[in-house]
Amino acid sequence: MLILECPYCGVKAEESELAAGGEAHLKRFGAGSTDEDFEGYLFARKNPKGVHFERWRHAYGCGKWFLAARCTATLEVFGTYPAQTAEPPADLVAKIKQKRPEWEGYK
Amino acid sequence: MSTRLSSGGRLIDRARTVEYSFNGKRLRGFKGDTLASALLASDQMLVGRSFKYHRPRGIVASGAEEPNALVGLGTGARFEPNQRMTTTELFDGLSSASQNHWPSLEYDVGVLNNAVAKFLPAGFYYKTFIHPRAAWKHVFEPVIRQSAGLGRVPKERDADRYEYFYAHCDLLVVGGGIAGLQAALVAGAAGARVLVLEQTAHWGGRAPVDGVEIDGKPAEAWIKASVQALEKMSNVMLRRRTMASGVYDHGYVLADEKVADHTPGDGRPRHRLWRIRAGRIVTATGAIERPLAFAGNDIPGVMLASAVRDYVVNWAVSPGDRTVVVTNNDDAYRTALALKAAGLQVPAVVDARDRADGALPQAARAAGIRVLTGSAIAKAHGGKRLSGVAICAQGGEGNAVTEEIPCEAVAMSGGWSPVVHLYSHCGGKLSWDEAHAMFRPDAARPPTGADGTGFVFAAGAANGALYVQDVLGDATKATIAALQAAGVAEVETVVPAVKAEVEAPMIPIWVMPQGAGPDLRMKMWLDYQNDVKVSDVQLAAREGYESVEHTKRYTTLGMATDQGKLSNINGLAVLSNALNAPIPEVGTTTFRPPYTPVTIGALAGEARGEIFQPLRRTAIHDWHEAHGVEWEPVGHWRRPYCYKNGAEIASAAVNREVLAVRERVGLLDASTLGKILVKGPDAGRFLDMLYTNMMSNLKPGKCRYGLMCSENGFLMDDGVVARIDEETWLCHTTSGGADRIHGWMEDWLQCEWWDWKVYTANLTEQYTQIAVVGPKARAVLEKLGGIEVSGEEFKFMEWREGTLGGLPARIFRISFSGELSYEIATPAGHGRALWDALLKAGEEFGITPYGTEALHVMRAEKGFIMIGDESDGTVIPQDLNLNWAISKKKEDFLGKRGQERSYLADPGRWKLVGLETLDGTVLPDGAYAVADGFNANGQRNTQGRITSTYWSPTLRKGIAMALVHRGPERMGEVLEFPKPDGSSVKAKICDPVFYDKDGEKQNV
Ligand SMILES: [Zn+2]
Repeated sequence: MLILECPYCGVKAEESELAAGGEAHLKRFGAGSTDEDFEGYLFARKNPKGVHFERWRHAYGCGKWFLAARCTATLEVFGTYPAQTAEPPADLVAKIKQKRPEWEGYK
Repeated sequence: MSTRLSSGGRLIDRARTVEYSFNGKRLRGFKGDTLASALLASDQMLVGRSFKYHRPRGIVASGAEEPNALVGLGTGARFEPNQRMTTTELFDGLSSASQNHWPSLEYDVGVLNNAVAKFLPAGFYYKTFIHPRAAWKHVFEPVIRQSAGLGRVPKERDADRYEYFYAHCDLLVVGGGIAGLQAALVAGAAGARVLVLEQTAHWGGRAPVDGVEIDGKPAEAWIKASVQALEKMSNVMLRRRTMASGVYDHGYVLADEKVADHTPGDGRPRHRLWRIRAGRIVTATGAIERPLAFAGNDIPGVMLASAVRDYVVNWAVSPGDRTVVVTNNDDAYRTALALKAAGLQVPAVVDARDRADGALPQAARAAGIRVLTGSAIAKAHGGKRLSGVAICAQGGEGNAVTEEIPCEAVAMSGGWSPVVHLYSHCGGKLSWDEAHAMFRPDAARPPTGADGTGFVFAAGAANGALYVQDVLGDATKATIAALQAAGVAEVETVVPAVKAEVEAPMIPIWVMPQGAGPDLRMKMWLDYQNDVKVSDVQLAAREGYESVEHTKRYTTLGMATDQGKLSNINGLAVLSNALNAPIPEVGTTTFRPPYTPVTIGALAGEARGEIFQPLRRTAIHDWHEAHGVEWEPVGHWRRPYCYKNGAEIASAAVNREVLAVRERVGLLDASTLGKILVKGPDAGRFLDMLYTNMMSNLKPGKCRYGLMCSENGFLMDDGVVARIDEETWLCHTTSGGADRIHGWMEDWLQCEWWDWKVYTANLTEQYTQIAVVGPKARAVLEKLGGIEVSGEEFKFMEWREGTLGGLPARIFRISFSGELSYEIATPAGHGRALWDALLKAGEEFGITPYGTEALHVMRAEKGFIMIGDESDGTVIPQDLNLNWAISKKKEDFLGKRGQERSYLADPGRWKLVGLETLDGTVLPDGAYAVADGFNANGQRNTQGRITSTYWSPTLRKGIAMALVHRGPERMGEVLEFPKPDGSSVKAKICDPVFYDKDGEKQNV
């Protein structure tokens, strides 16, 4: 069971008080979008063995959604940050790049 | 025969006799005995039968790795199957029964399987029972079910209680042998919060049995002093009888403490499940001895050498007057010496190695024991107990028997395997150690935690330090590494000197003798419980099973309750030989929790019976309970399904309730309905995205029915939205959907439109909501007074706020039944008072409380859809003819793009219609309408299915709603619905609105 720190309330929350929300930083495509864009938004998901960005909700705590960067293979957690952003914070990206020089970036 | 020795036994108290029973036979042991040691002391060599061939089985081991000695323990409400005798502490009144035999342990009919063993090879389930198909159901399955299954399922409700315990520590030490104690001493002295778990009732592990000296004293003295020192440290907690069963992500560990297994019914919880968060973990879990694969190695009397030593030293049990030791290493000589020291005979040590001149073999020779080097057991003789062994050269085929040695027991040792389970559970990798022919934890590839560094450190024998002289040093090293990883830099250590006989190298022996032919290999057991032999694994390899994971499942090797603790490495070695590949290349199977079985009661803890899950009660719950309610679970709520008058059956109550509402007036507790307040400058814009229709243009004081879809376009919830004021809307959701929809709103507001100014609050539990429904509804409200409810002043789909009979009320004039209907919300604290007031005011009108089933019948009579009946996650609103509730003006809303996809826009979809049976009966729920022809699987083609079906007491006939291919275009067509009994029902497609099509009843 993972432990992730909620960036809102500061609680080091155990997985049982969190709800998983899948891949982070998806761009929504609504009415009028192309089939390709819509398919990508709705169905195409990364499944990396390595660095991954995920949505989590502190469901049985403050109720806030936040985002987490972690390694799916080693379970290392690089950081958590508020969900109100279209891309990960620059300092977090730099930290991951330093730890994992071979990482291709979050896109 | 096996007996109790007249002296010795470090764990038993001869002054205290314990009475127990086995298969109805009353027996006596001593306090400190395990069930296994007590039975061996009573010459009970035969303790069970194997799973597949029902072969006689005896005790093989002395601990958690025991594969054979399983019993049904206890009786009645304290009965539990598959308990290992070797880990069951003896207590007064213990009752046990052997398993897997009929009619008795001594005379088992199932042993016939043994005679046909040739016809039950590896994978026999897959090969034999496939054809003919019909035979599976009528012949094979009943026969297999009769003979399969391990033990009996308990029938009574568990009489015991269980509890959870949450613990946090800097360092968890698993294992209370000398390695674990040393780890605890080092970490405790460094000031870390330490928790030490030992699976047995005793500290110290094997060292006292093996005659080890620590710090110049017998191991026992050092162990005692160490435990005393640890008990004095306030930062160290010690727990015996506690099995760490699994290591999970980020240092989470489950452990099962057997609090009262040995004192049943004393009032304490039987088990305590420890849920531990450990900063770092030291696994000092020791090693398990491996059997040797020789013909007849499963005959009762053949035991692990270490187990024989344990029984002699710990429990003063002789396995028989004459024990032959067979080995590929020096350690087993300790058993020969222990037997000799106890006054028993060791006719020979059969050593597969060409040379045996280390300190231990020399000591054995000096004690007068014959050592046969380069030798093997060609075959063990016996049936229900061992009678002797035939000796041959290890290098040969086993045909040239050099000697027959009569004996009652064989003590075998094929070397040792570190217990790597806990290290591996969370991804720790192993490496192959050639010297000891074993897998050991690879410290360079540990399981990693949140900070990316290793969090499990193996210590002592569990780390591959098999020579006891190395154990304390290795444990110290592991503990320092663990503490440093946890940030404790300064660690002072004392490593006491350990003295024991120096051991010469072992050699790997996987088959004995080396060139054994098929006849012998068919009698060499790898997995005792599941009856997997050397020949089975070799057959699997010949048939192309190259992956160890596939071989495991095909042969069932290691799939028994012991999870291959004895058989894994031997099986793997046989497979790798057959594949001509080195062992590390073939690899191990995956180690998964739990290490040993954990009883379900411990996992459930206190969550059983009434507190299995929380129960949500409306303010009127107690009234329902007192008035004949039949409950229906809705999420965590209980809702009245109906109220039964005395002996009335449920269906009669439902019919009565429906007619009462239609003719007079009914009362429904609708409090469970979701109520979500959405407020803010951007609330209207937000709701326009959430609902398929427009909500921003709803006027304050008005209500509107709305639909919510997922981004896929599928219908997920519905309900009435009321606009409270310029900035505020109140969204009603389904009872089961309230929390989910509130979460859905928050998801979009927090993660997508975070700059929109909207606030949401789930008020579901803050309000009681009561529906007053029927022709007399208005009269009831008028009688209470306070809010003008005339048809001119208060129209359909409007809401008003004020007081009703003196109670605060917000009244919504909405209808889910087609009747004149008011839903009244009041703060939950007033809920019961409002219910009582309405009942009293309605008395003269014959007011009748009704439940969810009457609600469902009435909504179906009106053709209203129900989320979860007409929708199922594949249905879009257009399928339900709800196009009128989908805005064409809005540029976007959740689900709009999804619904534009060609498959969902196809006019050939199944759409909602009503159905009337030709004979007036009720259609079976979920039934399919068949079409001409057959599909690719040979099944009838289908063209529709029932989504709701009821008896309508109003119309006095069966009515149904269904999704039918192009349904609305096919009014009047008759469809056929087959029933499970082979007959079928015919029904005509009709308008789904069966009752009051023009809505005259609700618009009064
Ligand atoms: Zn939080």
